[in-house]
Amino acid sequence: MFRDALLVAGKDLRIERRSRVGLQQIVPFAVLVIVLFAFALDPDRGVLTRAAAGLFWVAVLFSALLAVQRSQAVEGADGVRDAVRLSGLDPAGIFLGKALAVAVQLLVLEVVLGVSVVLLYDVEVVGLGVLAGTAVAATAGLAAAGSLYGALAAGLRVRETLLPLLLLPVVAPVLIAATRASESALTSTSFEVSAGDWLGLLGVFAALYVAFGLFAYGPLLED
Amino acid sequence: MDAVVHLRDAVCLLGRFPALAGVDLDVAPGEIVLLTGPNGAGKTTLLRALAGLVPVTAGEAVVLGHDLRRDARALRRDVGLLGHGAALYDDLTVAENVRFWARAGRAGGDVDAAMARAGLDSRVRDVIGARLSAGQRRRAALAVLFARAARLWLLDEPHAGLDAAGRDALDAEIRAAVASGTTVVVASHELDRASALATRTVTVAGGHLLGPSGRLSGEEEPLRVP
Repeated sequence: MFRDALLVAGKDLRIERRSRVGLQQIVPFAVLVIVLFAFALDPDRGVLTRAAAGLFWVAVLFSALLAVQRSQAVEGADGVRDAVRLSGLDPAGIFLGKALAVAVQLLVLEVVLGVSVVLLYDVEVVGLGVLAGTAVAATAGLAAAGSLYGALAAGLRVRETLLPLLLLPVVAPVLIAATRASESALTSTSFEVSAGDWLGLLGVFAALYVAFGLFAYGPLLED
Repeated sequence: MDAVVHLRDAVCLLGRFPALAGVDLDVAPGEIVLLTGPNGAGKTTLLRALAGLVPVTAGEAVVLGHDLRRDARALRRDVGLLGHGAALYDDLTVAENVRFWARAGRAGGDVDAAMARAGLDSRVRDVIGARLSAGQRRRAALAVLFARAARLWLLDEPHAGLDAAGRDALDAEIRAAVASGTTVVVASHELDRASALATRTVTVAGGHLLGPSGRLSGEEEPLRVP
């Protein structure tokens, strides 16, 4: 399974590196969302600073949708889906590999977005460890749930519009928990929260969706 | 001798539509069976069913010793399907595509050798899939087939998109593969070329096999290629 996961992840990351869809489309989109929030909420009023963590994760969530759709789209062309089914690859390995590739892209995106938020929203990071832990746990959950629901939607004709409807409600707990955990790592927030509890929730969510994906991805490929 | 393919009264439903019904077919090791018939007759569905991609919902269906009704997935690594699509990733080079599918199938095939057998020269090796012509995509799909260690080849219009030299080379590859133990089922509208290649022809029409009978007498010998 892990051999197949590395093979699939390596293939997906190679495709993304060469196509530059992530670098030239998804990252600029996410930065644009952050900039538009800044326009709408005026940095001088302090709203942006207080809401920085939430706005950051909303931007990540929307970008994750694009990354998941792109990840599934490369499997949909010209008989590739049949070839994947015939390849002999372990479906659990395919799921892990695709989720891993999406997670790597999202982590890179989060670094760029984090720098943008610090520069544009005037926030200061004091808990870098908490922020890094939050990013890893939340990204694992987003990538696992996204890859699972992406495969579910891939077999349908209305996949582009259906995926957000399926995925956004499911990952709402990630948005809430990641926002709360991130707030504790930012000095300028007025919230007193325990990051540990929210990190725990993120970890449980990620573990659940990874486990669910390992079992459910095979039947989804067959439909 | 165990048949590579054994179907008895097999039924395949696409939704509620019976794409294949009452299909009897035996294919012995080393045979090249040609499926002919009009468009929509069920040839492609039959090939996909033999690959385990379309479920057999009734009857008996055993391919390479695997019962398709119980566990079609177990069969797949041993089957090579050349379908209508080339199954190439547009942003991977030809060599990367061939290497990926060979590794996925646990085949230690030589990528360069497979590409050479498919008639792809070294200039095409590092060209991404999106920039290939239709003929080059077909050859790249053939290279993937050659790189995998499949025991049963299922070929759907394999000559389509190839030039005359490519068609001759493909026929030679099919004969060589059969000589080394591979069994081939091929669907084609190019009857002159495919008939010369085949050891037996089966006509498919309206989801049924019209004959000659697909059943084995038990006395078949594998094809001997000089």
